[in-house]
Amino acid sequence: MSERISVLKTYKIYIGGSFPRTESGRFYTPTNSKGKSLGNICLSSRKDFRNAVVAARKAFGDWSERTAYNRSQILYRMAEVLEGRKEQFIAELILQDSSAKQAEKEVTVAIDRLVYFAGWCDKYQQIFSSVNPVASSHFNFSAIEPSGVVAIVANQTYSLLGLVSYMAPIIAGGNTCVILASENKPLCSISFAEVLNSSDLPGGVVNILTGKRSELLNQMASHMDVNAMCYANHNWEELIQLKEGAVENLKRIKSYNYELLSSEIENPYLINDFQEVKTTWHPIEVIGAAKASY
Amino acid sequence: MNLKKTITIPDFTKSPSVDQVGIIERSSRFQTRSIKNESKIQALKMVLNMIDLTTLEGKDTVGKVNQMCYKALHLHDDYPGLPTVAAVCVYPSMVAIAKEAVKGSGVKVASVSTAFPSGQAPFSTKIDDTKYALDQGADEIDMVISRGKYHQGEYNFVFDEIAKIKELCGAQARLKVILETGEIGTLDDVRRASDIAIYAGADFIKTSTGKIGSAASIPVTLTMLYAIKDYFIKTGIMVGMKPAGGISTSKLAIHYLVMVKEILGEAWLSNEWFRFGASSLANDVLLQLEKQRTGVYQSKDYISID
Repeated sequence: MSERISVLKTYKIYIGGSFPRTESGRFYTPTNSKGKSLGNICLSSRKDFRNAVVAARKAFGDWSERTAYNRSQILYRMAEVLEGRKEQFIAELILQDSSAKQAEKEVTVAIDRLVYFAGWCDKYQQIFSSVNPVASSHFNFSAIEPSGVVAIVANQTYSLLGLVSYMAPIIAGGNTCVILASENKPLCSISFAEVLNSSDLPGGVVNILTGKRSELLNQMASHMDVNAMCYANHNWEELIQLKEGAVENLKRIKSYNYELLSSEIENPYLINDFQEVKTTWHPIEVIGAAKASY
Repeated sequence: MNLKKTITIPDFTKSPSVDQVGIIERSSRFQTRSIKNESKIQALKMVLNMIDLTTLEGKDTVGKVNQMCYKALHLHDDYPGLPTVAAVCVYPSMVAIAKEAVKGSGVKVASVSTAFPSGQAPFSTKIDDTKYALDQGADEIDMVISRGKYHQGEYNFVFDEIAKIKELCGAQARLKVILETGEIGTLDDVRRASDIAIYAGADFIKTSTGKIGSAASIPVTLTMLYAIKDYFIKTGIMVGMKPAGGISTSKLAIHYLVMVKEILGEAWLSNEWFRFGASSLANDVLLQLEKQRTGVYQSKDYISID
């Protein structure tokens, strides 16, 4: 019997809960440090980004109105599914220049990080909301609400962790997102999309594109229907480019440079960064004249 | 009018049968055109000018109708030189309000009638319904056909109803006949119902009420366009077309324009002969026009709600 030819995986993009190819039909072929090809990866166009934003906008209403408890369950479910597929991610990371030990560490940290932010889903609201003292007969309170559609430029160094670490707090807070995966290490992003797709996450909440930052950053920054951006790299020129592009709708741009393997990123402020504060003035009777009646 | 009297009414049981595979194949061709820049801007503005901005809900209020009429006249004032929509489409009870709201603007007021959307009412009621809408000042009447009677094979009944309503409309109003193709069934039936409506005097044939799941599609519209074309070749009389329901993106609307141009020709490319029945299409077109103007993808946050 002749030797079996292994079946190579086609890495496609993830938009609105399905896996289309890029509408442009283009691809690029990143290689690892040994020059080995990682595969033909979709070179997403600005139209793919537009379509992803449409999908994210459509998913936003439902996702942001779900109970915190349900969002938490779904994030935890992602961790469960990822745990079951550890080996695949480790293999992909090794192909993308990680050592076996580093790869194992990156995957386990990614799983734990999902669990960490799953836990925050039903807690951040209490921490960051407030009742405010005012000098009139109003009950005045500030509650936080998700920003909307967030565009994420994933960290370039960590194929899996660089995406998961920023996605998790953003969707935990009820936002939907479009993620541009690591340009040179894109494999885990699309395999992670498969995890998302089997985690009860509604289609469109997370959309993942692969492609070149040089082509897409401008589009991400200038798109009027993107409410905020998360930039997870350390490149001043790119950051300036984003901020310039964002002036039109004044979208919030947050940039981070966390060491992702450490636990310093595990804090609820990341959730809060993509929330808007809504303050409500609710008329009440004059408090001074009221008596405790119970 | 006199011309029509000399036209012999064909036997509708012998309406041409439709090659479904061919229609679907032809339909898919319209969707592969690449339309760029200036042509696209021109097409988008044309789409806006062909829209019948519609609200047909049990919960319609005077305020809602006024708001829609305002939108009809002021689609997006940030964009200079935009056309208005072609018409607003409302229930008979709202015609007077809409008429007042769009007075002097050239925007027409269309009223649905004949017991829209089901058409399940006595003929006398349908006549009263239509008369009321006309009395209130409707410029266009969107009537529904009796689909039940059609399925019972009573084509003459359907024909006579349309002819009577047409007679009521007289010179005041143009008549659009809604086939409700989702209930009519196969493309053969769509063709037959189109023929009945056209020969009975329809000024426009319209696909759907928008009240059932299945609305306008390109194959159904194409079938109806062929009926219009055959009638035009035979009699020299133009009949308009109005796909309604389910057309919510600019891209799809432009595909429809391509189809109309290729099947019927440029003469039909105005709101006198072609309309879109839609409520959310206008905003999508505005987004695309702004995208063309600014080079930046737009958001509904910056456009009035529909």
